[in-house]
Amino acid sequence: MSENLLDVSGLMMRFGGLLAVDGVSLQVKPRQIHSVIGPNGAGKTTVFNCISGFYKPTGGDVRYRGKAIQGLSGHRISLLGLVRTFQHVRLFASMTLIENLLVAQHRHLNTNYFAGLVKTPSYRRRQREAMDRAAHWLQQVDLLEHANREAGNLSYGQQRRLEIARCMVTEPGLLMLDEPAAGLNPRETSELDQLIVRLRDEQDISVLLIEHDMGLVMGISDHITVINQGAPLADGTPDQIRENPAVIKAYLGES
Amino acid sequence: MQRALFPALFAAGVTFLLTCLVIGVRLEQDGPTLTVVGADAETWSWIGFAVVVVFLFQLFQQPLSRLKQRLPRPDLTGLLPGDQLRNRLKPWLIALVIVGLFIWPFMVSRGAVDLATLTLIYVMLGLGLNIVVGFAGLLDLGYVAFYAVGAYTYALLSEYYGLSFWMCLPIAGLLAATFGCVLGFPVLRLRGDYLAIVTLGFGEIIRILLNNWTSLTGGPNGIGGIDKPSLFGLEFSRRASEGSQTFHEFFGIDYDSSHKVIFLYLVAVLLVLLTVYVINRIQRMPIGRAWEALREDEIACRSLGLNPTVIKLSAFTLGASFAGFAGCFFAARQGFISPESFTFIESAIILAIVVLGGMGSQFGVILAAIAMTILPELAREFQEYRMLMFGGVMVLMMLWRPQGLMPMKRPHLELKSS
Repeated sequence: MSENLLDVSGLMMRFGGLLAVDGVSLQVKPRQIHSVIGPNGAGKTTVFNCISGFYKPTGGDVRYRGKAIQGLSGHRISLLGLVRTFQHVRLFASMTLIENLLVAQHRHLNTNYFAGLVKTPSYRRRQREAMDRAAHWLQQVDLLEHANREAGNLSYGQQRRLEIARCMVTEPGLLMLDEPAAGLNPRETSELDQLIVRLRDEQDISVLLIEHDMGLVMGISDHITVINQGAPLADGTPDQIRENPAVIKAYLGES
Repeated sequence: MQRALFPALFAAGVTFLLTCLVIGVRLEQDGPTLTVVGADAETWSWIGFAVVVVFLFQLFQQPLSRLKQRLPRPDLTGLLPGDQLRNRLKPWLIALVIVGLFIWPFMVSRGAVDLATLTLIYVMLGLGLNIVVGFAGLLDLGYVAFYAVGAYTYALLSEYYGLSFWMCLPIAGLLAATFGCVLGFPVLRLRGDYLAIVTLGFGEIIRILLNNWTSLTGGPNGIGGIDKPSLFGLEFSRRASEGSQTFHEFFGIDYDSSHKVIFLYLVAVLLVLLTVYVINRIQRMPIGRAWEALREDEIACRSLGLNPTVIKLSAFTLGASFAGFAGCFFAARQGFISPESFTFIESAIILAIVVLGGMGSQFGVILAAIAMTILPELAREFQEYRMLMFGGVMVLMMLWRPQGLMPMKRPHLELKSS
């Protein structure tokens, strides 16, 4: 119906007496990096949770490729191709990097018990494809040499990259990153920056980004939505946002 | 030294008080009255000795531990063969163990074979519970319920419908799996302690049901005279029942009751080998990895499109089915079952096997199962102190190796260099 990959309109989320998200709308177009910014407690992560199915939104519409997805459970939404990371790294810490990436490819693998017990040719082929995909993405995020280490032993920046790789092996259409640069040093942040741009340009996906690092947001975003106290404040290109007086007042501080 | 003096005095005082109360004085019934009687001189000297030992140990604890640290630790890593050699030797070693398992019973006493059969049942139970607790991280304290379901399935089907052991084995597994699924549904949302309590309750429900449904299960009297398994219709009894033949008649050898014991052992070995193979494969299959991922982080699982409901239920169901097989075999081996065999302490022992062995590690679980069944047999003289020893071993293990005898190793997966 529309050219938008993700279409959120009038999203509402109420926790008892608290209206955490009030009428947020955003449109993510294909092959775009779309950022959501706002002061702490503005409701950015709540918006994320509503879109990715971890909360059931109280009101509003969420459409992904024209299909209504609000109220679906988290794993169903991710199977549609809408995959997210978390504000705090959530890896399978005691499993190796490859295993982390293989778990993420669960739906690509032959999960038939009998096929796995006797190792049928189709089972072997799927397994091999999954391993190749895992190797490919480990290389993309520069972690190939650590393939058989436990994920919990990686440095924080490496864990962040692994989390992105783990999302990418599911072959998503829209990647949702919740503060991917939190806790990274400037060098790691700029590496991440390049990685996200490369994902958009080479993998043909859109990225929905929550971020505090203004340099990162302004540098790579195609479009920015600003949220303040649960309500939409502004929407536009980085240049428009930088000029917007309401945004400057609420977020960047008055000068 | 000065600083250690007070704690040492305190510890000695506590020791003195406790030993005085427990060993030093005794109540004796003298007609209608109770009198307090002191212990004899020898006991008192032992108590004094214990107090002195505790005092000295506490006093010199620091120098002692420093001394212990300075002791050279033997370096054992060099003694083990290298990784490559080990990988090459592994299939041969496994083959050797399997052949050994089949030859061994013909060379030892009947009692040893019988004990080995019991051990194998616990190996199977431990491996089954390992799926639920070790892989999926769901603490199940009522595992014995599925064991009971398996055992009663065979006992009842053979008593009422005359079905054979081999017919009942898959039925017992399926029925136990069904019960696992039934238990799984209500506890899907529970984790940790809450899950443990509900599964504990479930285990008790099954036991109490078996105890009280007298018309069907015979209640506390149990079910006796359960048929032993047969080898392609050949029975292992002295005289064949109607329309069948016995093993010794068929082969024209003398009747020997140890044939039956060895046959049961071999059946158990086959069942355990099958269990080990199946679980080993499943562990490397997508579902096995999904169990572990679920244990690590359920929310991340959901965000990657894994359905936690299906994964949890499959862990419960598969784990329960192995208990069902074990139960069916147990009923056949004992020939008599009653609810007495399926008390909470059984669940606790199976769980102890999994924890001692190292959660998720198959080899560790097998080792722990062997240790847990054979050690009590070796220490028969100390029957009364069995639970005490059990507790002591647990405490020592938690101090010495909290991760278990053989903690799980991550599989090393080779990637094509790209």
